[in-house]
Amino acid sequence: MISRLGDELRFNAQSLELRAQRQEVLSANLANAETPNYKAQDFSFGAALRAATGTAGADAMLGPVKLATTHAGHIAGDANAGIPVALQYRTPTQASIDGNTVDPDLERTQFADNALRYDASLRMLNGQIQTLQRAIQGN
Amino acid sequence: MSLNKAFEIAGSALTANSQRLNAVASNMANAESVSGPDGEVYRARKVVFEAYMVPGATNGGQGVRVKQVVTDPAPPKRIYEPQHPMADGEGYISMPNVEIVDEMVDMIAASRAYQTNVEVMNTAKTLMQKTLSLGS
Repeated sequence: MISRLGDELRFNAQSLELRAQRQEVLSANLANAETPNYKAQDFSFGAALRAATGTAGADAMLGPVKLATTHAGHIAGDANAGIPVALQYRTPTQASIDGNTVDPDLERTQFADNALRYDASLRMLNGQIQTLQRAIQGN
Repeated sequence: MSLNKAFEIAGSALTANSQRLNAVASNMANAESVSGPDGEVYRARKVVFEAYMVPGATNGGQGVRVKQVVTDPAPPKRIYEPQHPMADGEGYISMPNVEIVDEMVDMIAASRAYQTNVEVMNTAKTLMQKTLSLGS
């Protein structure tokens, strides 16, 4: 029963986790807006969520990097690594001469958009939790 | 928790940009210094940024830090001022190779970058606070 409650929330929880990861990637782009040779990165949220929730055969796109375990005593090196996502470099529209491909306007837009969607995921999760609580308390 | 890392990454950019602002302040203050403490004429300082891996970041999230501070190799400006105590045999003094306009541009860019990253931190903070009150 407990696991069913968990399953109920899993989709939005994973969506939230991926939004948080994307927020991290976008903030790295903004932080490095003037670092020579830094290449802006991002990942496809849709593809990552499909892969994480197993709702489509998008797994082929993702190659989560893991340590090879060739011996029983080896530890899988993916602990606490978050949900694996396929990071891709952005196609620069106006690359600068120092090799930096960050477009601050684009990154800021994406950052604000992602924050809003994080909030949306949070609200949906909140709604689900409240629904469950109401069902449990019965009032 | 990825948002903690977003916080750390934005924080690294704040540090890097404040160092850049420090270099600009030093250059502007010394734009007219004929001689430095070592007797040599002051040379403009420039910071060089580099991306670095933030430990524990999930997706190769990279912070920024100052790799090194370089001095501008351009020759000092020579100005004819024979009555100046520092003037050489031909009556010239050496002035720092600081370009005030370049420094102003650098200052504005640094302050804009700083602002952007403060905004990033604020957003991350708001999202974290909302997450903390989840289910209440």
